[in-house]
Amino acid sequence: MEPSGLVGKAFAVYAKDLRLELRTKYAFNTIMMFGVTTLAVVSFSLGQSGLPPRLLAALFWIVVFFSAMAALAQVFTREEEAGTALALRLTADPNAVYLGKLLFNLTLLITLSVIITPLFFIFTDAATGNLLLFVMVLALGVLALCAATTLVAAIISKAAVKGALFAVLSFPILLLPLMLLVTASDSVLMGRGVSDILAPIQGLFAYTVVMVTASALLFKFVWKE
Amino acid sequence: MYALIAEDLGKQFGSRKVFSGISFELETGQSIAITGRNGTGKSTLLMLLLGIHHPTRGQARYARDNEYLDDRIIRARTSLVSPYLNLYDQLTGEENLAFFATLAGISLTGKKADELLARVGLEGRGVDRVGAYSSGMKQRLKYAVALLKDPAYLFLDEPSSNLDTDGKRLVHDLIEERRRESVVIIATNEEEEYSLADGTIRLGR
Repeated sequence: MEPSGLVGKAFAVYAKDLRLELRTKYAFNTIMMFGVTTLAVVSFSLGQSGLPPRLLAALFWIVVFFSAMAALAQVFTREEEAGTALALRLTADPNAVYLGKLLFNLTLLITLSVIITPLFFIFTDAATGNLLLFVMVLALGVLALCAATTLVAAIISKAAVKGALFAVLSFPILLLPLMLLVTASDSVLMGRGVSDILAPIQGLFAYTVVMVTASALLFKFVWKE
Repeated sequence: MYALIAEDLGKQFGSRKVFSGISFELETGQSIAITGRNGTGKSTLLMLLLGIHHPTRGQARYARDNEYLDDRIIRARTSLVSPYLNLYDQLTGEENLAFFATLAGISLTGKKADELLARVGLEGRGVDRVGAYSSGMKQRLKYAVALLKDPAYLFLDEPSSNLDTDGKRLVHDLIEERRRESVVIIATNEEEEYSLADGTIRLGR
């Protein structure tokens, strides 16, 4: 016997999910199709009509939110539907499962962001403002969305109407970070500096820490039955 | 010496009582068969013993040398082969073994993986994706994953399902072998299988 630490086991769960995804591209195709379609509808409807930054920021996060809703739940529902969740429950440390799944969802959402963000700026002709600051807000946003939705994905994985339930349960939890993200993105698109977005950034950071901690503590109870 | 103690276990779904008052104590080297008609709760009882489902009453305890075991050790030394447990179709047999070995904290060499696959009659098929396996081969791979842990507790639910004559013989040999080194619990209605156990619990009488 060779003891593997929590990080090693979490990475094994993550690597397994990534390998499955690379072979099936199921979640990736879903998230990209949703993201690009929503973005195309938004850009074709509004045109490059010089929309105010607040509206652009809201549209951007709506695109990310709906894409996330379409794919992030699959990380657990796929295990339940394939009948592999039982093997995972019997062998894996629940914390390793949670961390591995969180990492996988992060990878999915980061991939989406890398593709969607440049397209968003091209299609809407939005001013980039401080690009580095926008990337920082985006990174925090992705982290906050994944922190909140990974536990919800585990909760709904055994339910009959998974997709609808995922959105219904996630919406109230995600309302606060989405509002903070729109506020921060709005300021960045208007070309403001770090000092102007410090409050929403701090709020997002605190939210993410609380969600990850609470999820890690609660996950084993959700995962058990 | 490992032990499994079931104390007055009962399960109820809504107003329907599945079973109640199940008590037994098994130690390493002892085995028990759970039999009963379809729907009498054989698989449910296994899930209660494994801690996957919560009992309506009673409890199951795992112990070693009179000390109760924590979840980490139970996970590391417990294996299940069941029609309800599937492996990853998109991974190869070897990748499935390596994944579960890492989760169980076991160092798995290529030689050890080959030995396990050969033990269950899957020599040379470890590089194929499980999705391309027949149902009998998938069942054999479940045994390889179960044996990976050198289980102190081995739970078998319909152990011969999907297996051909050779496969059934293999399973009977494995049960004979493991019942000397493990606590073995078999849920089955096959006489050949429950006759291998030291005792029988009949559900639904």
